[in-house]
Amino acid sequence: MVTYILIKFVLVLFVFLLALTVAAYSTYGERKVSALMQDRIGPDRAGPYGLLQPLADGIKMFTKEELIPTNSSKYLFVLGPSIAMLTALMAGVVIPWAGPIEAFGQQLTFQVSDINIGILYIFSVVSIGVYGIMIGGWASNNKYSLLGALRASSQMISYEIAMGLAIVALVMKSGTLSLGEIVTQQQGDWINVVYQPLGFLIFLICAFAETNRAPFDLPECETELIGGYHTEYSSMKLGLFLFAEYINMFVSSAVISALYFGGYNLPFQAALGLEGAWLAVLQFGFFFLKIVFFIFLFMWVRWTIPRFRYDQLLHLGWKILLPLAILNIIITGLVMWANGSLA
Amino acid sequence: MLTNRSKQVVKREMSLAEKLYLPAIFSGMAITFKHMFKKPATVKYPEEKREMAPIYRGHHVLKRDNAGAERCTACGLCAVACPAEAITMDAAERKPGEELLYREEKYAAKYEINMLRCIFCGLCEEACPKEAIFLTDTIVNPEYARAGFIYGKDKLVERMDARIDVSKRQTADVAMFKMGESAAKHNQLYNPKGEQ
Repeated sequence: MVTYILIKFVLVLFVFLLALTVAAYSTYGERKVSALMQDRIGPDRAGPYGLLQPLADGIKMFTKEELIPTNSSKYLFVLGPSIAMLTALMAGVVIPWAGPIEAFGQQLTFQVSDINIGILYIFSVVSIGVYGIMIGGWASNNKYSLLGALRASSQMISYEIAMGLAIVALVMKSGTLSLGEIVTQQQGDWINVVYQPLGFLIFLICAFAETNRAPFDLPECETELIGGYHTEYSSMKLGLFLFAEYINMFVSSAVISALYFGGYNLPFQAALGLEGAWLAVLQFGFFFLKIVFFIFLFMWVRWTIPRFRYDQLLHLGWKILLPLAILNIIITGLVMWANGSLA
Repeated sequence: MLTNRSKQVVKREMSLAEKLYLPAIFSGMAITFKHMFKKPATVKYPEEKREMAPIYRGHHVLKRDNAGAERCTACGLCAVACPAEAITMDAAERKPGEELLYREEKYAAKYEINMLRCIFCGLCEEACPKEAIFLTDTIVNPEYARAGFIYGKDKLVERMDARIDVSKRQTADVAMFKMGESAAKHNQLYNPKGEQ
């Protein structure tokens, strides 16, 4: 029992640090990718190739003056970024990082908790994340913050429905809500994106909206709302909001790769003939590569597509993605019925 | 129609491929991806400086001649020519023994340019009959206080150990034009080697 708790503790710590490191270097990556796409160089002063830039940014954030507006509700003002950060970090626990190995006399799974409703867990935690933004925007007592918070909440609610329905089709196909099992099912088989291309597309678009990334970054929307929900925030509280966005990006990249791109499974895994720890390391590396690719995709799209207008955003969510997701469910059901795989 | 690039705007229903937006998004992403491998246009400023145009008008220099004597005689023509009234000066008479310091019998004891007033038009340079004041390709440094922008002789007069090349601004043609024929003859008499 002690070993079990110890192993889980180490795993939690690992996931925590991984999420923070990846998020920190995503900020660096974001600036570098945007610079390269705009024919610039990007950060290159702090350390070789600017690699210490996240550290410098962190120090800057911590040493900035902390301002709490006089007319804000101070308790909620602090609660907002805390919730945003907390929920962003919580979502990572159900992601399987590598296949199970035998060690210390028991089976080790590289997944903090393989709860049988893993997907629902992620959904619920992510939807709590909206509260962080809403509370932060409300507590600032600023019209721009409030508008940003309003946009964030309606946007997230709209897109969560289409996202959930896109997942329903996948769950119908897999027959389970556990992330670990969905990944295991894709072992030695075609990855899910082959069976669910439309579902993947809807899920991807909704993931952009859920993480408040361009072209759906209306809640922060510098051009109209100054900074949206984080207009009044300064110092590390602002840092937490920005950081939470990058952690969300990391988690959704991980979820996308786990659900639709085979998670940690290597192509031709059986033919490789590897076993034990080496296989686990290789699997983790491959999974990480997929995550990095999706994070890059997030940035790539951000620096290519301009922001939606607000009515276009809701139009896309309710009148296009939602019917498409329902259509996807119907098609999946029909195909399963034709296959005779309906129990 | 001058450029031949005008296009007739056609208002029609979008085709299905256009309505999907995805093809357009993918082509846009292909463009941004291509740009990742292009050479960046950045000039890494403090280490690497973009070359100034040969006729760039930066802050002024009061030239010395080759012997190291100041060429300015405090005639005040630059101050008169200055549209921003940025130049002031006090004249003084050269004392015996100062021939190496000042080229002519009269010199500027005080010469100040207010760099906040200066519009860098170069009219002072044009007005100067002694080829003493020139605009260089140096940029005026930022200061914290206004007083620092009033440049005295300490900042304006050329140092002999760091001479400033103004040949780009003062070509032989310009010099001849400014001097006129009589001045050229005078120059030939007193300065046959054509020293600056």
